[in-house]
Amino acid sequence: MEKPFRRRDLLGIRELSAAEVIGILDTAENFSEISNREVKKVPALRGKTVINLFFEASTRTRTSFELAAKRLSADAVNISVSSSSVSKGETLIDTAMNLDAMAPDCIVVRHSSAGVPHQLAKVSRAAIVNAGDGANEHPTQALLDAMTIREHKKQIEGLEVAIIGDILHSRVARSNIHLLTKLGARVRVAGPGTLVPADFQHLLDSETSIDRDNIGSNIHDPRPLAVCPSVEDAISGADVVMILRIQRERQDSAYFPTLREYSIHYGLTNERLDLAKKDAIVLHPGPMNRGIEIASEVADSSRSLILDQVKYGVAVRMAVLYLATGGTVQQPGRE
Amino acid sequence: MKLLIANGHLIDPAAQENTGMSVLVEDGKVTAWIRPGESVPEGCEVFDASGLLVAPGFIDMHVHLREPGQEHKETIASGCAAAVAGGWTSVCPMPNTNPVNDNAAITRYMIEQAERAGLASVFPIGAITKSSDGSELAEMGEMKAAGAVAVSDDGRPVPNAGMMRRAMQYARDFDLPVIDHCEDKSLSSGGVMHEGKISLLLGLKGMPALAEDIDAIRDIILAKDTGAHIHIAHVSTKGAVEAVRRAKNEGINVTCEVAPHHFTLTDKAVEGYDTNTKMAPPLRSDEHLEAVIEGLKDGTIDAIATDHAPHHADEKALEYDRAPFGITGLETAIGLAFNELVHKGIIGLVRLVELCSANPARIFKLAGRGTLAPGSVADVTIIDPDLKWIYRNSESRSKSRNSPYDGWEFAGAAVATIVGGRIVYRR
Amino acid sequence: MGDEIHLKEKSRIMDSADMERAISRLASEIVESNQGTDDLYIVGIRRRGVPLAERLVDKIESLEGNRPLYGIIDITLYRDDLSTVGANPIVNRTELEHDIEGKNIVLVDDVLYTGRTIRAALDQLMDFGRPRKVQLAVLIDRGREHRELPIQADFNGKLVPTKHTEIIKVMLKEYDDVEAVGIFERP
Repeated sequence: MEKPFRRRDLLGIRELSAAEVIGILDTAENFSEISNREVKKVPALRGKTVINLFFEASTRTRTSFELAAKRLSADAVNISVSSSSVSKGETLIDTAMNLDAMAPDCIVVRHSSAGVPHQLAKVSRAAIVNAGDGANEHPTQALLDAMTIREHKKQIEGLEVAIIGDILHSRVARSNIHLLTKLGARVRVAGPGTLVPADFQHLLDSETSIDRDNIGSNIHDPRPLAVCPSVEDAISGADVVMILRIQRERQDSAYFPTLREYSIHYGLTNERLDLAKKDAIVLHPGPMNRGIEIASEVADSSRSLILDQVKYGVAVRMAVLYLATGGTVQQPGRE
Repeated sequence: MKLLIANGHLIDPAAQENTGMSVLVEDGKVTAWIRPGESVPEGCEVFDASGLLVAPGFIDMHVHLREPGQEHKETIASGCAAAVAGGWTSVCPMPNTNPVNDNAAITRYMIEQAERAGLASVFPIGAITKSSDGSELAEMGEMKAAGAVAVSDDGRPVPNAGMMRRAMQYARDFDLPVIDHCEDKSLSSGGVMHEGKISLLLGLKGMPALAEDIDAIRDIILAKDTGAHIHIAHVSTKGAVEAVRRAKNEGINVTCEVAPHHFTLTDKAVEGYDTNTKMAPPLRSDEHLEAVIEGLKDGTIDAIATDHAPHHADEKALEYDRAPFGITGLETAIGLAFNELVHKGIIGLVRLVELCSANPARIFKLAGRGTLAPGSVADVTIIDPDLKWIYRNSESRSKSRNSPYDGWEFAGAAVATIVGGRIVYRR
Repeated sequence: MGDEIHLKEKSRIMDSADMERAISRLASEIVESNQGTDDLYIVGIRRRGVPLAERLVDKIESLEGNRPLYGIIDITLYRDDLSTVGANPIVNRTELEHDIEGKNIVLVDDVLYTGRTIRAALDQLMDFGRPRKVQLAVLIDRGREHRELPIQADFNGKLVPTKHTEIIKVMLKEYDDVEAVGIFERP
């Protein structure tokens, strides 16, 4: 069951080249205008079927993909699988094969387990778009973040980006680290030691093994990715501050004692944000826990671009669906 | 009935022999060695082993045969068929059956099922604790009397040091080695692969190497205290290999085995999320693989054991997080050992036979096995060290297909397997 | 288009002076037909319709002293030939800043051939509102026998009957080294 064109899957940012990332962003920018039209719909994907297969609840991402599909005139079908495939007695691969038999052009998949989109891509003829898999990747989130940054900072190359919070479990952080470093930004990460493993320092060194004597570097590290010893170190002089959501359900696993202590030591307050560049912008993948990872006054300030992120989300997903479902033109002999 | 294994190259480290030699088998026993040029008895069936290696039958110290209880994955008969096809004449199934092999009746049942199948010999490993739940000692003495050769709670390692100490004190009375799958689950629970750069890249929860190190070190300390024989199952970490090396130097009664996947694959194989790369202990990073290779070279590691762990295709067709741990291994072990160890010059043939036969027999005290000295059991593994072949899951004799080595090309294979004087497999 | 290099030019049918004259005439005809520039809205079709539309706008301004409304549409998302082979088409922006409601739209393209591009442009235009009238201006009309849809040009720089195997290429200084129109053939 070979696909006509394998690269049509969007499984992660990690697999993409910088040129491919830029190509998607450029396409998305041209799509963003469609959402401002009176008739917010173009016929590009008329007759194509997009299945939004969500094994994990997510109103916002699902809606964004659904709107993107509909604005391209594709037929969008939402399937929410509240329980895992195991409890239904059907394997993941069975689920994929059954959907594939209905000949969709694209399956947008979100799952709490890392690697599910990769597993589906091996058995499905439809293009697979990853809408978030466990702690692995959330490529469209990173793309919409990049679009937001480009819109406000003109270019990504040379920027200093701080990512703060639960890096360990964050697919948003991983996709952003790959994307931003591919495009020439430097990324610093910080958060509680339980949620920012020191090995992250070496995430991008493809060949070298982990050197445990060399951990705990600082912002002067010339490498594209640095683990900072404190939130303050990470934010100092940053152009972009990206705040990750604290997942309250992880409280059980005791990665930190209380939300109160987290907000005091790791939350983004105006005082901490003052350490960043004067024109620094603040991103958050939402939904926000106000007063925990981000203070309300920061969330509501003009530096916070959370609604821009949501807006660009639709354009990015339109571009991704368009490219994934064979957005290709045979040049007619008109010229 | 006489069988002459003629003109092969005999490698028998226990008997300190490594030379051209024919082996005469009568009534299931080796009765004589016949040097080249010496006269051959009349009326023998002859197996021409010219150009082949003749070794005492290989003994796999660590397999899961799933019977009783999970016969959809494997049966003792299908597991033994896979064993002899892979060159193993004896296999030692772990007790995590359903019900758990924690009493003599189940131990006897396993042996009888193997006798019915008439392929490999089965030497069961009994549970340390009842139902392997870590709370009450199982009847080790009764199981030994029924044929068990060691005790282990394998995948559910005894978490409590006090219980493990009592288990060792008690097992020592019966001269039973205690086998531990070293994994401190307080450090590894929820993990699905080796913790490190690759787990971070893939967003999968890691099982840190130190979860194995800590348990191995605990066991060694307890072995020193109790004088029991601790056998560390499938060592996979640098820390565990080093701990065993130090303990051996101190004279502590410790042995260990390694699974072929831990000297052939690293955590990089997990990229792509193939659930056939998921096992416990997990595929480790390069530094650990190198430490394992070093342990194989310098004698720290005593044995190669497959940890053959069949799972039904439907169980592996799940999310990486949810798929069960384990891969099949009986049919690929010799190929992997030749590819990665022998042909690369890491170990010689004598050492290979020690690892796969002489040492396992010594560790489990299997009388008459692990050697082909006259008088011993005629379990023989005959190997063509250069035979090129490709392993295919679709051709496996196991009931399960969960091997990551599908399509791998090997040089080196068992071409005949003889159990109790009978040729039970011929390639 | 990457394969243009391999095309062989058979004959040149317009040079830059010819093109200039044709654009002047088209501008006059458009203004005359629309009785001035009130409600006139010139819309270029990407890619080569855009510089032509800009020139028409300039010319109309110099004739009338008033600059008509001007916009750009990209028809990529309205094409009827999306397929699954080949390279990704670049989606460009449609720029219709001014409301098209009640306007007299003149679509501008370089060559009218099958009519499918114009169909796509019309569909897109309708999604933006309800113009009073839509007209079509092209520099080259390859002739009705090639038409696959009932679409004709209202303003036409030059009628050039061609064979299917031939390719007409309008070269513009914005994209090419020269300013000319030629007939090409695949070697």
